[in-house]
Amino acid sequence: MLFYIFKRVLMTIPVMIVVALFVFMMLRLSPGDPAAVIAGDYATAEDVERIREQLGLSEPIVVQFTKWLGQLVQGDLGTSIFSNKPVAELIVQRIEPTMLLALSTIVFAVLVAVPLGTLAAYRAGSWVDRFVMLFSVGGFSVPVFVLGYVLIYILSLKLKWLPVQGYRSPFTEGIGPFFAHITLPTLTLSVIFIALIARMTRASVIEVLEEDYVRTARAKGQSEFKVLMRHALRNAAVPIITVIGIGIALLIGGVVVTESVYNIPGLGRLVLDAVLARDYPIIQGLILFFSFIYIVLNLLIDLSYSLLDPRIRY
Amino acid sequence: MAETATPASQAAAQPSVWRIALRNRSVFWGGLLLVIIALIAVFGAVFTVDPIAINPIARLKPPGDFGLFGTDQLGRDVFSRVVNGARISLTVGAAVAVISIAIGLFLGLVAGYFRYMDAVIMRVMDGLMSIPAILLAIALISLSGATLLTVITAIVIPEIPRVVRLVRSVVLTVREEPYVEAAIAAGTRTWLIMLRHVLPNTIAPLIVQATYVCGSAMLTEAILGFLGAGIPPEIPSWGNIMSEGRTFFQLTPWIIFFPGAALAVTVLAVNIVGDGLRDSLDPRIARTMR
Repeated sequence: MLFYIFKRVLMTIPVMIVVALFVFMMLRLSPGDPAAVIAGDYATAEDVERIREQLGLSEPIVVQFTKWLGQLVQGDLGTSIFSNKPVAELIVQRIEPTMLLALSTIVFAVLVAVPLGTLAAYRAGSWVDRFVMLFSVGGFSVPVFVLGYVLIYILSLKLKWLPVQGYRSPFTEGIGPFFAHITLPTLTLSVIFIALIARMTRASVIEVLEEDYVRTARAKGQSEFKVLMRHALRNAAVPIITVIGIGIALLIGGVVVTESVYNIPGLGRLVLDAVLARDYPIIQGLILFFSFIYIVLNLLIDLSYSLLDPRIRY
Repeated sequence: MAETATPASQAAAQPSVWRIALRNRSVFWGGLLLVIIALIAVFGAVFTVDPIAINPIARLKPPGDFGLFGTDQLGRDVFSRVVNGARISLTVGAAVAVISIAIGLFLGLVAGYFRYMDAVIMRVMDGLMSIPAILLAIALISLSGATLLTVITAIVIPEIPRVVRLVRSVVLTVREEPYVEAAIAAGTRTWLIMLRHVLPNTIAPLIVQATYVCGSAMLTEAILGFLGAGIPPEIPSWGNIMSEGRTFFQLTPWIIFFPGAALAVTVLAVNIVGDGLRDSLDPRIARTMR
């Protein structure tokens, strides 16, 4: 087991190097002079030169890459061109809203989707099942931001139940305002997740319900609730957890859009501001940061399989 | 599997793939809806007013007298813009689906069949997959300048790994089949085995995958436009229309709702066709997904 964990952790290293190499090459392979592209249309020759120096673009490419990789390993994601602050520091400043939004979305989506998917599987072919399947097709078709605006229009502008936009920190501004402001973004972002997770839950529970041990459990007179919880859902857990891991990539993209719709000052807004300002080190740093999170989370999910299902041994 | 495992030489004797697919209800109705949207996209421009004509007198007018869907902050006709936006959305969806399937098919065949290439290609794909698609697209576009071509490229790149994985898994199954082993034993050339025995087996799952890629590409294109990182703002794509509608959303929500609904219906049609195709063409995937 320990050996497997060690092996699995080692396996993430080549993936991370590929990500780093890709992000590195993106800037160098883009058409035209990257320093000029970043400097923008109104830059003077000195500006371009300054950016070239700052990004180390005048050195041989192999030297650039090794230097850059060395900095990355030490947690140095580069320095913002405009604010001149380390990118890592900017990320720390903006991470709270993004993390809390992502967390509340996952929690809410799992709490809704898993019971819904299980029910749909248990009553396969019924109206609950049809509704879940319809919802899961629909959830994948409505763009996140359109959904966001529809919800703002109905719940905030017409019914005036919730604030329209903005973010309040639960640590400095209190729990109440925090929940009032995070509810709409969470609802918006979780729809696609509920669709994804409910669909997978339904599929894997349906499969498990046909197993012999479920029939045995029913035959010995166990209540249907216990059959579902103890026998069906537990055995269906691995694919459900896997799909949540895959969904992390979706979540990261969704967070950027949702933050933009709801004016939340998180990492998504940092990216968009950086795009407008052509502050490439920030974009680059954030891509690396999000990819790192994705890789680590999926590693943890991989390792959790044997906890969830004792039959999986390494 | 019996359906998909049929070698191409015998496939002609059976009902064609399309005939089987059209028997499925969702493929038929979803497909019909798509055909209608495509017709609107192609011929709609003939029947609508100029989507970029500015009319300062009729600014931010609600749906009614000044056009079916109202007007935007420059007095441009929202209905005409939405109709014209269909073309861009469908172009991006179809182009991304075709290009990413073509590249993914090639890489997947290579990874699945030539074992020494497998590790390299798959590690690169794993890396690519762990980069969030939207961020990657935003970065690529902001570096290479926003044109229709760069937007399509930027959406294609993150879609490739999923296609590669799919093709690879099919190849890995097929190469164990007796008829492939027989072909190898008979001394058939590698490229001929690929063409005659491996390739036909990838077609059904790839058609299904293409629909999903198409749907997600249209969504991504709209998201990029909405974030202001997509194709140039003067082109009336659905994402761009919605992006411009943001400022006056509280006053004139229809500027966002109409293109949003158009996009949702189009993607829904594509996804319904995809689900139907999956059920009728690929029993193997249908079993695990449903």
